[in-house]
Amino acid sequence: MSLILFIEQALNGLQFGVMLFLMAAGLTLVFGVMGLINLAHGSLYMIGAFAAAAVAAATGSFVLALIASFVCAAFAGVLIEYFVIRRLYDRDHLDQVLATFALILIFSEGTRWVFGSFPLFLDKPEWLSGTVMLPFGIEYSIYRLAIIVAGLMIAAGLFWMIARTRVGIRIRAGENDREMIGALGVNISLLYTFVFALGAALAGLAGALIGAIQSVQVGMGEPVLILAFVVIVIGGIGSIHGAFIGSVLVGMTDTLGRTMLPSLFGLFLEPSAATSLGASLSSMLIYILMIGVLIFRPKGLFGGA
Amino acid sequence: MKFKSLFVAATVAALTATSSVAEDLKVGMITTLSGGGAGLGIDVRDGFMLAVAQSGRTDIDVIIEDDQRKPDVAVQLADRLIQSEKVDVMTGIIWSNLAMAVVPGAVAQGKFYLSPNAGPSPLAGRACHENYFNVAWQNDNLHEAAGAYANDAGHSNTFILAPNYPAGTDALTGFKRTYGGELAGEIYTKLGQSDYAAEIAQIRASGADSVFFFLPGGMGISFLKQYADSGVDLPVVGPAFSFDQGILQAVGAAALGVKNTSQWSKDIDNAANAAFVETFSAEYGRLPSLYASQGFDTANLLISAMEAADVSDADAFRAALKAANFDSTRGAFAFASNHHPIQDIYVREVIKEGDVFTNKIIATALSDHSNAYVADCKM
Repeated sequence: MSLILFIEQALNGLQFGVMLFLMAAGLTLVFGVMGLINLAHGSLYMIGAFAAAAVAAATGSFVLALIASFVCAAFAGVLIEYFVIRRLYDRDHLDQVLATFALILIFSEGTRWVFGSFPLFLDKPEWLSGTVMLPFGIEYSIYRLAIIVAGLMIAAGLFWMIARTRVGIRIRAGENDREMIGALGVNISLLYTFVFALGAALAGLAGALIGAIQSVQVGMGEPVLILAFVVIVIGGIGSIHGAFIGSVLVGMTDTLGRTMLPSLFGLFLEPSAATSLGASLSSMLIYILMIGVLIFRPKGLFGGA
Repeated sequence: MKFKSLFVAATVAALTATSSVAEDLKVGMITTLSGGGAGLGIDVRDGFMLAVAQSGRTDIDVIIEDDQRKPDVAVQLADRLIQSEKVDVMTGIIWSNLAMAVVPGAVAQGKFYLSPNAGPSPLAGRACHENYFNVAWQNDNLHEAAGAYANDAGHSNTFILAPNYPAGTDALTGFKRTYGGELAGEIYTKLGQSDYAAEIAQIRASGADSVFFFLPGGMGISFLKQYADSGVDLPVVGPAFSFDQGILQAVGAAALGVKNTSQWSKDIDNAANAAFVETFSAEYGRLPSLYASQGFDTANLLISAMEAADVSDADAFRAALKAANFDSTRGAFAFASNHHPIQDIYVREVIKEGDVFTNKIIATALSDHSNAYVADCKM
């Protein structure tokens, strides 16, 4: 594999990782702060994409579509938190899994009811189409580059919020001892709603950004949800730093594994066996990575000591 | 006691009532109506029911069930339809892995199965059965046509990719069976994969002169949108599954000009097809897809057999099905000895008609094409 191809694939891996981070950040915050397993996080991703597709079709503006995805997913998050999740904080994880799984089914069929069974159209705007020449002669999609930049900016903003602002202090305090910050006069239920809505909004935004280069269809969130869970387990549940490192690790491992394993096997196997073995093994690779991390650090890379 | 005897009497009455309509032909349709692949099942169902409605027959009783694209659900539904509902004919399954789970059991219990979509190679070859008829295609067919077209178009160094599952391997096998040039590369992607940046980068680096891909449903939408944006400008060939009417609107301009192979297109010039396209659009408010045409043809085949024989006489009914004496939307249609279609397969190009993206036939890839498994089938 040439160096140029390798760099291009590394960029692809980074872009994939950054998108995973937008999903994983909400998931890990909700779990860290509230102790809640939210399987319906993938549905929020889907809601964001559908909201963006609907608004883009109505107005033709991609920026409005992105705003709509953010707002709609946050709004859906607030509704879910208020009507369903709030009753589950004191229950055990099995009840939470059951209830949020029900939410997946409700949202999937609800979306089908409103938008029909056929995939929707959502395209990137004209000014982000096409490719750009990077140094070393790498031709790279402008849109993917924009996703990387946007994702890194959101990640930086999130770190800043958690580390430097009052809300961030409360979130961190909530992770450590939720009874105590309640006793200190922090409105816990408002904080929980805010964190949940923030996670939902990020998932919705990810759905809209990715929806523009993928397929906007019912059930699009669940495969991403599984990867996001792998990310937060690798990174350490509740850790936003861990979620970022985990996302990039998973994104890189998956992308580079997919392209390099088949050519690696090609060195000592016949081509068709190498492609099929390489393809099978590369789809296991991130789970092997997860097992490896868990053997040496059972609580994940940045898991609470 | 009195109530009990009343209840018994009522049950007996109900039973006789149902047995008096038992001359109706009962069809059990198991198809995918929810989840990611629902668009295909809905099209098959709508096409099928349109043909039933147009026939004006009231003696066809169709029971429709949703398999959710899950083999275990499909098997349970099939058991119930066969044992409790006592259907005569089954149909509807979209996916090859579900067909492999349901069809062998159903035909072994003496039911007829008419496949409106899936055509896995075992059911065409060694595991073929006298009661199994495929009205769509054998899985390899459209890919064989794509290989033939690639030769005609002068492609000599093609990059091929498909998902890593049985129909994906069938696809690449089918393509290679007819394609005569070199392969610039061969990739199996993950089933359900939605990001193809890595694969597109490999295509760019491979020095290929064209690309063949089989990525059904949402996978194809993702691939085409990303491919169009990648700056790679090689001609693309694929089977119709990534270019059907339901999907094209979601792909948009990224699909324009792409060549794809199909046994059906809305511009095939015959009376049955013109009437089908017109009535389907009027009834459902959308253009039909190839899946809808397959559902429509399946129902018309069934109705043609009902007119010739009674389903209780299995041998006569089978012969009537085999005769395929119906007006197919595809024009000429016949069954090979392993009960899979012999038909023309066309090359279509994606065009824009007004605001709607659709397909137009530009050539015939294979004429009177059968399948490679006829000799393996001992019936």
